[in-house]
Amino acid sequence: MPTDAVAAHGGHDHHHDHAQEQMDNKVFGFWLYLMTDCVLFATAFAGVAVNGHSYAGGPTGKDIFELNGVILETACLLISSVTYGFAMLGAYRHNKSQVMMWLAITFLFGLGFIGLEVKEFVHLVSEGNGPERSAFLSSFFLLVATHGCHVTAGLLWMGTLMFQMGVMGKPLNTTYMSRLTMLSLFWHFLDIVWIGVFTVVYLLGSMT
Amino acid sequence: MAHAQSGHGHTDAAGQSHGSFGSYAVGFVVSVILTAAAFWAVMSHTLSPSSAVATIFVLAVVQISVHLVFFLHLNFRSEQRWNVTAFAFAVLVVFIVIGGSLWIIHNMTERMMDHTPNGPLPTLQEQP
Repeated sequence: MPTDAVAAHGGHDHHHDHAQEQMDNKVFGFWLYLMTDCVLFATAFAGVAVNGHSYAGGPTGKDIFELNGVILETACLLISSVTYGFAMLGAYRHNKSQVMMWLAITFLFGLGFIGLEVKEFVHLVSEGNGPERSAFLSSFFLLVATHGCHVTAGLLWMGTLMFQMGVMGKPLNTTYMSRLTMLSLFWHFLDIVWIGVFTVVYLLGSMT
Repeated sequence: MAHAQSGHGHTDAAGQSHGSFGSYAVGFVVSVILTAAAFWAVMSHTLSPSSAVATIFVLAVVQISVHLVFFLHLNFRSEQRWNVTAFAFAVLVVFIVIGGSLWIIHNMTERMMDHTPNGPLPTLQEQP
C-alpha cells in the first residue's frame, strides 16, 4: 500500500522497508504497554468504585469538588490532545519547525493541567482532606495522582524530545518519528483515561 | 493529498493510521460538545439523579469512542487487527477488574451485615 511517508523517503528500497518495519514493531509494542496501563488504571478505578462512599465521617465529593476547576483541567487536556495531533501532522510533512511549535503549545497546556491539579491537591490537603482522611479520599488521590504522574512523565518525555530535536538538532528520521508517534499514543491515551476520571470521580462524586 | 478529504486520514503499509486536520478538528468539536453536555447534566440539576448518571456514562462511552477513532485513529481495517485485538482484550480485563471488585465487595458488605433478630452487635463506642 503506497503512502506519503514511504513516497517522501524515496520509494520502497530494502533499507527503508526494514527501518519502517522496526518502527512499526516499536509502536505496536508501545500500544501493548498502553493496554497494560489500562489494567493499572482499572484497578485504581475499581478502588474508587468500591470506596467512593466510604467517607468515614469526612467530606463527600459534593463538599470538596470544584467542578469549574475540573472543566478547566479537562479543557487543557483536550486542547493539548488536538495540538499534539497537529504536531504529528507536521511530522508526517517532515516540517520540523511545525512539530516544535505544536509540541511547545502542547507542553504548555499539559503544564497548565498539572498546575491546576497540584493546586487542587494542595488545597485539599491544607483543609485536612488528604488521602489519610477516608477511604473515599485515599482512592480519589490514588487514581487522580496516578493519572497526574503519567501526565508528568509525558511532559518530561515531551521536553526531552524538544531538547533533542531543538537544541541537539536531531533530524525527523524514523527514530524520532517512532518516538513522536509513541508519545502521541501515550498523550491521547491519557486524555481518554481523563474522560473516565471526570465522569466517575468528579461528576458522579458531585451527585452523591 | 487525497486522504485529507477522507476525514479519517490514511493508513500506511503496517497499519499506522495518520490523522488529518479534518479528523482532529471533528474530534475536538464533538469532544467539546460531549464534555459540555456531561458537565451540564450534573451542574444544571435539571435531570433526575438517575437519569443524570445514565447520561454521563453514555456520554463518556461515546466520547472515548470518538477519541479512539479521531485522535488514536483506531479502526477495523485488517492492518490494525492486532491493535484492535489487544484493545478488545484490555477492555475485557478492565470490565472484569472493576465489575468483579464491585461484585465481591458488595457481597462482602451484605454478608457482614447482621441478620439476627436482635439486630447488630453493639459497637465499641456504644458499650457501657
